[in-house]
Amino acid sequence: MGKTLYEKVWEAHEVRKLRNGQSQLFIDLHLLHEVTSPQAFGMLKDLGLRVRYPHRTFATVDHIVPTHDRTEPFADPLAQSMLEALRKNTLEHGITFFDLGSGNQGIVHVIGPQLGLTQPGMTIACGDSHTSTHGAFGAVAFGIGTSQVRDVLATQTIAAQKLKVRRINVEGRLAPGVYAKDVILHIIRHLGVKGGLGYAYEYGGSAVEAMDMESRMTLCNMSIEGGARVGYVNPDETTFRYLEGRPYSPKGAEWEEAKRRWLSFASDPDAPYDDVVTFQAEEIAPTVTWGITPGQAIPIDGRIPLLEELSPEERPVAEEALAYMGFRPGQPIKGVPVQVAFIGSCTNARLSDLREVARYLRGHRVKRGVRALVVPGSEWVAKKAEEEGIAEVFREAGFEWRNPGCSMCLAMNPDRLEGDELAASSSNRNYKGRMGSPRGRTVLMSPLMVAAAAVTGEIADAREVFGIGR
Amino acid sequence: MLEKFTLIRGRAVPLRGEDIDTDRIIPARFMKALTFEGLGQYLFYDERFDERGNPKPHPLNDPRYQGASLLLVESGFGSGSSREHAPQAIKRAGFKAIIGESFAEIFFGNATAIGLPCVSLAKEDLERLFQAVEKDPTLEIAVDLVAKEVRFADQVVPLTLREEAREALVEGLWDPIGELLQAGELLDAFDRKLPYPRRAE
Ligand code: SF4
Repeated sequence: MGKTLYEKVWEAHEVRKLRNGQSQLFIDLHLLHEVTSPQAFGMLKDLGLRVRYPHRTFATVDHIVPTHDRTEPFADPLAQSMLEALRKNTLEHGITFFDLGSGNQGIVHVIGPQLGLTQPGMTIACGDSHTSTHGAFGAVAFGIGTSQVRDVLATQTIAAQKLKVRRINVEGRLAPGVYAKDVILHIIRHLGVKGGLGYAYEYGGSAVEAMDMESRMTLCNMSIEGGARVGYVNPDETTFRYLEGRPYSPKGAEWEEAKRRWLSFASDPDAPYDDVVTFQAEEIAPTVTWGITPGQAIPIDGRIPLLEELSPEERPVAEEALAYMGFRPGQPIKGVPVQVAFIGSCTNARLSDLREVARYLRGHRVKRGVRALVVPGSEWVAKKAEEEGIAEVFREAGFEWRNPGCSMCLAMNPDRLEGDELAASSSNRNYKGRMGSPRGRTVLMSPLMVAAAAVTGEIADAREVFGIGR
Repeated sequence: MLEKFTLIRGRAVPLRGEDIDTDRIIPARFMKALTFEGLGQYLFYDERFDERGNPKPHPLNDPRYQGASLLLVESGFGSGSSREHAPQAIKRAGFKAIIGESFAEIFFGNATAIGLPCVSLAKEDLERLFQAVEKDPTLEIAVDLVAKEVRFADQVVPLTLREEAREALVEGLWDPIGELLQAGELLDAFDRKLPYPRRAE
């Protein structure tokens, strides 16, 4: 009987069994950011411990950085102190830190893959739930809490419990104007935000195999929104092509050896799964959320559900969502006015995302009264986008071109919604208050759909706005 | 020695709502701090206070539930962000355990690792408990992790808690750092064996 990638990676990293039945799992790669790490360094100090294998931890700053004016000290002294704590902690413990202006700073889940730190067959942990993004490379990658950040710093291991594995097939071809973001919103809409509890999601099928690495990252990124702590795609030639020549990728003879090793982790054809679900790519339309959980989503042509169409379990949250969003049951989502358009976040702020939008945006202008922002995922993405003329396309269209960071995705920096503003957003969470205003509203969608909302001033079908596939 | 959680008694605050995410439990702006201290006061801040800081109607603001040490929730509690700030805020606000139908994966792990048990009841049992507490806020509840049951009024209902987490809580092994450190040289062997990213010279 074959094994899944999850099983193989687990076996290669299980140090031993713990007394309560959990496993002690070795973590190959540990990523840090400024929000969930300072307390862990504090705990380490209280216990009189050091970082055991500093060569396995890499840090950057993303959540609190201002994206407008980065001059230090920042206007917000708390943000400044978090940056300084990370500088001090990484220096003291010999950890590589990709600081502002290093050319490699960026959202932690963007820079890992971009630098070639993220590799197949690895276990990867970070004090951040979207660590699942790195699963796109065939790694077992997951978010951990701060106490576990401490555990990894001190021992490079955590106490862990094995997950079940659900295979999710997406078969066929995605229609023009439909992206990985739509696929994952579609999956969550059907399996629910709790559907993945206790599971790792393995994505496959012809539509996933055809995706480039950055699309696979978008897909794996939002596994957590579906309740799955881990999401991954088996490594293949697409993975290797992406990794070849990256700063931290193996080189020369080691490269060939690494590819052989990586491929050996891929799930065997006869691997058993705890569950298998299949979706048809042709049935997926550009998808947008209408509520306050990522599962409350509909195709762009759809209507917000009537309460009686929902199961009794879904109704209370739907009522709460309707009240919060100010929507009526049965109302079309298309045409809802937007005040803010945000292209950014670890879901959709990579070079390919920006390239794809720029391809269609040329010649269009952001509608008057809409505040439109592009926040590239990393300094490297920003630089490339400048070189390729992409940044200019956005600026000419009336977007603000910002410096890299998490920005409005969670609004720990000055970028935020005001009052009950509604944002069309390429990020991953539409929770109440997520974008910084306790009454602010978020509608999740693909970056191109955000651009369509920006130029029309309302939720719109990007295929119509930009004349795609018609 | 870590505290052993065998029997937890107290009154409960009923907090209705499915899929309550960690952004709601502790809004991101309160995470701009280098320690977890003082987080308890910001628990569910945006649901408890309006934009001017005036209290809104909320079970946690309700004087009838002051001093309660058990938090009663529905299903999918703690979804979203992995922030340990969420269970830390709950614990620091004086809660000793959370009773619900189901919990998000990372939240459950984070809570367990700081000694905050999250126990699950069957939907119908949970609903009866909710109603009992809503009717009588002074109701005393016992969460028994050894007998694996919750007792209130004249009722005894079974609780579920993943066995490894239950054992860790009951035996006082919920913070694994001590045991992880004991692996000692075995760790070095893994560090030598498993590749890590190196920048080519
Ligand atoms: S971009 Fe948003 S979701 Fe991603 S790491 Fe930053 S805050 Fe988290």
